[in-house]
Amino acid sequence: MKKIMQGNEAIARGAWEAGVVVACAYPGTPSSEILAETKVYDEIYTEWSPNEKIALEVAHGASLAGGRALAAMKHVGLNVASDPLMTISYTGVKGGLVIMVADDPGQHSSQNEQDSRNWTRFGKVPMLEPANAQECKDFTKIAFDISERFDTPVLLRGETRVCHSDSLVELGERKESSIAKGLDQKDTPKYVMVPMYSRPKRVAIEGRTAKLAEYADSEFPYNVMTINDPSIGFISSGASYLYTKEVYPQYSFLKLGMVWPFPKKMIAEFFKKVKKVVVVEELDPFFETEIRAMGFKVWHGKDVIPSVGELSPSIVERSLTKAVTGKAYKPPKTRIKAEDLPRRPPNLCAGCSHRPLFYALKKLGLYVFGDIGCYSLAVAPPLSAMHASTCMGAGIGGAYGAGKVMGKEGLGKICAVLGDSTFLHSGMGPLMDTVYNKGYATTLILDNRITAMTGQQETAGTGFTIKGEPASMVDYGELVKALGVKHVRKVDPYNIKETMEVIKEEVNRDDSSVIITVDSPCMMLRRANPLNRFKNPVYLVDTAKCRGCKVCLEINCPAISWQAGAGQAIDAQTQKPERLSSSHSEREGKSLTVLPGEGATQAPVMAGHKRKGTAFINKDQCVGCEVCAQLCKFEAIAPIAK
Amino acid sequence: MKDDNKVTNIFLSGVGGQGTILASNILAEVFLKAGYDVKKAEVHGMAQRGGDVTTHFRFGKEVDSPLIKEGDADYLISFEFLEAVRYLNWVKPEGKIIINKQEILPPAVSLGQMEYPGDVEMIFKKHFKDNVWVIDGQGLARKLGNIQAANVVIVGAFSVFFPELKEEQWLDAIKTLLAPKLHELNIKAFFEGRKAL
Repeated sequence: MKKIMQGNEAIARGAWEAGVVVACAYPGTPSSEILAETKVYDEIYTEWSPNEKIALEVAHGASLAGGRALAAMKHVGLNVASDPLMTISYTGVKGGLVIMVADDPGQHSSQNEQDSRNWTRFGKVPMLEPANAQECKDFTKIAFDISERFDTPVLLRGETRVCHSDSLVELGERKESSIAKGLDQKDTPKYVMVPMYSRPKRVAIEGRTAKLAEYADSEFPYNVMTINDPSIGFISSGASYLYTKEVYPQYSFLKLGMVWPFPKKMIAEFFKKVKKVVVVEELDPFFETEIRAMGFKVWHGKDVIPSVGELSPSIVERSLTKAVTGKAYKPPKTRIKAEDLPRRPPNLCAGCSHRPLFYALKKLGLYVFGDIGCYSLAVAPPLSAMHASTCMGAGIGGAYGAGKVMGKEGLGKICAVLGDSTFLHSGMGPLMDTVYNKGYATTLILDNRITAMTGQQETAGTGFTIKGEPASMVDYGELVKALGVKHVRKVDPYNIKETMEVIKEEVNRDDSSVIITVDSPCMMLRRANPLNRFKNPVYLVDTAKCRGCKVCLEINCPAISWQAGAGQAIDAQTQKPERLSSSHSEREGKSLTVLPGEGATQAPVMAGHKRKGTAFINKDQCVGCEVCAQLCKFEAIAPIAK
Repeated sequence: MKDDNKVTNIFLSGVGGQGTILASNILAEVFLKAGYDVKKAEVHGMAQRGGDVTTHFRFGKEVDSPLIKEGDADYLISFEFLEAVRYLNWVKPEGKIIINKQEILPPAVSLGQMEYPGDVEMIFKKHFKDNVWVIDGQGLARKLGNIQAANVVIVGAFSVFFPELKEEQWLDAIKTLLAPKLHELNIKAFFEGRKAL
């Protein structure tokens, strides 16, 4: 039976068919959907782990007990998990162990761009790279066989255009692993990596790599050579292969399903069969460097193909047209300069509790050490309330370290901000350090009850497992007290004035402190009924009172916009606004901008007050959080029945 | 669709939350059941927080790349005016364009720093003549009682371009992908769109 599947869904399916019994991950785009899919299979114990290092360690433990296990993460997650990875390479496995790592070329949703292929040679761990959903499933399955046969963890590399692309998959049946379950104390030299045991392992790994290289050449079914027109041969893998085949289907190809070790004989044969070789790969010149080191002449590679950002069929064609056809690349017709259009960056949702919180931080003029999550969006103007952000947990250490340089001068000027999930991921260590080594930084934990950015994943702090079963729930207040924090405050971020007062007190204190936001769940967390806490369903701008001061625009709420010129004329009969400034189309779905009964039915001109326009609230987008109403000094923003 | 080896490219664009992904899932289901190879690529994660979203959808006898080449889209389905303009260069000269009549202001426009592009319909008509259809998806969906169904209205309009496919094939896809309680609304939305083109 064939089904259309997303790459991540196919990886989960492959894991199930391969007889996997444990799957662990910390969510991260573009890998998050893998566990959302493994959880539907009863045979797979699935968990959201607090971070990627823990996910890999849990999976490794499962492997030692004879179970097939999968750990999944995004590229930066493998940085966190690299400590166990580098030594699991030595211990090897009992049940098959596959580590899925998803790269994000072009940084659609990441703090950096990494080519995870570099881990394979570095960790001396083989890596497979699928190109479409069918291969995602097939490669996952064969990765478990390779893992058990060669006693090695296996890396499976995905990337945005493989993980988040849908294509057809032929479904198969589940087959349980033949490895017996159980732990054996006789295996101690294999699994305890002290020098006495790890030195011989170090030697054994070299032998394993040689055997894997032989396997890559002779048995592995997914290194595929296709000889068509032999004048040009392309060596490629993954999505890059698909783009190249799309543009140059008539030429010859060597598609590498195994990134490393290299099928050296196959590559030598390809160089014999084709006249000129082009290496097409996204990001680093990983293949190209290896192939050149083998002594072969690469006709074109990174000399023409970008090593930054995503590739695409268009980029492959643009890069290679001159070389392949001898003619200049003819770009498609330019009808519009897209770069001149207003950009549409992502934004915090209407009603999001991060908005008032970051507005408070901005008003206090604090230098904010931020973190990775939805709240990273607070860096965007006009909120512009984040000043450093590196990786998960880094904000706390950063704020503490900066305080060590600033001394008393820094009091009242610095804070660290991170989310609940991120705090559990890697915030406890640096907070403990801050307290232990007498730092004074204030850490704000924005507890919106869920991992939000990646799409609502549970954590040890939410009270539920990935399967929705009730579970233990971290008490952040008690936790940070146990780490030694003496000053722990709780704030309702929707109350801007009180929140500012509490933050001001704590950042001025010459001692470490923690502020936890409460009663402010993520707008997308349905089970928490986030809208329930709002008194009114929607707020609107009373154009008779609005003075056009633009204060309400500073919070960058998607529901609030500026109406230049005379603002909006209200036709009281139809209650439909029209834009007078550059009217070109009716604004469907926009609300009336007056409160009923207050009767400002003409184009608004305030007596004795000049203004260049008015603020406007789109009632379809407003959720009634009241944040903007708190900012308006003229009481021009008021509630209305929806 | 007459040329057996031809791959048809459909580029979808909109704003996070408009239902672009559901619309492309319906297309994938329909063309898959109609016997084609299909490929679809989209971006999740941060980009979905109110940012612009695009989906590349391709079907044919055999499809390699999940991404469309710039300038190679046979159809542009856009759920928002500005997001239609943004991807104007992706469409073939003879390509067809369906635009949902809706404006969602990006931050720079909300803040009064930039202008929303003026007269989008004219821009499109200038380049694509009669191959442009502007459908009031939201208005039609609102009449049915739920503006969320605007995406399916647009799918309904798009379905008219494929007379060889039966209505049932589209309805089956809608029923497969949506929860039963949403069937009635979305089937009505589909027919509203079909009438509108």
